[in-house]
Amino acid sequence: MVVEAKNLNLVFETADGPVQALKDVNLSISKGELVSFIGPSGCGKTTFLRCIAALERPTSGQLTVNGMTPDEARKKRAYGYVFQAAGLYPWRTIAGNIRLPLEIMEFSKTEQAERVERVLELVELKGFGGKFPWQLSGGMQQRASIARALAFDADILLMDEPFGALDEIVRDRLNEELLKLWARTGKTIGFVTHSIPEAVYLSTKIVVMSPRPGRITDIIDSPLPKERPLEIRDSREFIEISHRVREGLRAGHADD
Amino acid sequence: MRRVGPIFAVLAALLALWYLAAIWMNATWVYDQAQRSGVEVTLAELIPAAMAQDRPLLPPPHQVAAKLWEGVTAQAITSKRSLIYHGFITFRGTMAGFALGILLGVGLAMAIVRFRVVDKSVMPWAIISQTIPIVAIAPMILVVANQLGIQGREVPKAIIASYLSFFPVLVSMVKGLRAPDQMQLDLLKTWGASEGETFRKLRLPASMPYFFASLKVAVAAALVGTIVGELPTGAVEGLGARMLLGSQYGEPLITWAALFASAILAGALILAVGLVERLAAVKMGVRA
Repeated sequence: MVVEAKNLNLVFETADGPVQALKDVNLSISKGELVSFIGPSGCGKTTFLRCIAALERPTSGQLTVNGMTPDEARKKRAYGYVFQAAGLYPWRTIAGNIRLPLEIMEFSKTEQAERVERVLELVELKGFGGKFPWQLSGGMQQRASIARALAFDADILLMDEPFGALDEIVRDRLNEELLKLWARTGKTIGFVTHSIPEAVYLSTKIVVMSPRPGRITDIIDSPLPKERPLEIRDSREFIEISHRVREGLRAGHADD
Repeated sequence: MRRVGPIFAVLAALLALWYLAAIWMNATWVYDQAQRSGVEVTLAELIPAAMAQDRPLLPPPHQVAAKLWEGVTAQAITSKRSLIYHGFITFRGTMAGFALGILLGVGLAMAIVRFRVVDKSVMPWAIISQTIPIVAIAPMILVVANQLGIQGREVPKAIIASYLSFFPVLVSMVKGLRAPDQMQLDLLKTWGASEGETFRKLRLPASMPYFFASLKVAVAAALVGTIVGELPTGAVEGLGARMLLGSQYGEPLITWAALFASAILAGALILAVGLVERLAAVKMGVRA
């Protein structure tokens, strides 16, 4: 198991009193899976991802990443994290941005250059290394931020609505590319989204979540094949899974 | 032309206003002289008389310009009457105070951003420091420096100049060093970056636009501080001393020429800072 959560709870203390962000979350993610977390805002999907990344500390329960505590896993560079905004430094070139984690992790200069070239190719940005972020489109910037997360060879890729700010056409393309990248690298991917088609198209496992308190209402193992052309979204299976996800989301809301 | 047009229009209006004021203010002396010798002056006689006095109440622009030109070109630059000589003394003092102010401002900002307790304890005092008139403090700094056995005026002048110039740097750098958002800090955390690396690779470069914006204010403040440091009795060098000399000996032209020399110096310094800013911006990939 790459990620294992048992009875995970997280309570935020806010000015308006405690907020239960995660309640009794149980989930296992095995190696090479692509798991989507879907739900309305406040359902804890991002919070759960941040717990895996050791950016939040659960109040109770057990969470292991690669068999270690999230903190230990972070220090062993177990994961790369991609945020909704590309968050590239405007004063660094694309190559300079991708090099940033490598500098911090003290890779040698030659290895830095090699890795930058390799991941640029992986996200199809070869030749753009010398450009500054503002010279690239939003989609290209987000690809660069994925390259940055891939540069240090973490086994896990955690993505928090990485394509949420992009238009649908660019989004489709990047979804297709993400699947290719995943097939080529065999990474385990955790993917937060609020788009049903995106979740169904990408995932081997879809985790449906609900707010107040943030919890898992359904876990769907996708029967779709690993090879997924965009047209698969018109197939019966795809529509059936989408339907089940929608039902799960609606059931969560019925409690309000 | 479209860009310089408005500038020249304002300049022309100012000059016209200045000439009118000069005629009005210098007329008193012309009328007094006429009354003493028992003659009447017409307007046609008044205007040239108000334009060419040795000790006018308000010297007209062309007299100031002539005095300025004389101060710059008519003597060896080592002469005590050369504005280049005095200007250089003031420039040197300004640079020392500017450098000291940057060090102090950036250093304090780093401590304030890093330590909450420094934020709480130092920031109010930094603000209070700016409410005390510099002319009140400058003589005290000179006296204390003298008491401590510091020879000459270079050190106390630099301290007075930095007293004014550190503040804009401090305020901007606190804002600049806090500019990175939580997401960028989280990202660095996921890579296990140390505090030092977070500072060097994120906070410091992110603060640069704020830093350069503050430098323009700081360099002008350092110049004002230096001139104030040259004013108290005893100073013989620098544009400040020159201004004081002019007013003490009733030579307004000397004061005005020194005043304009310092304005020109200030303009040049701000242009130089702007140039450095643009070079840094190009290096940091700012959109052309």
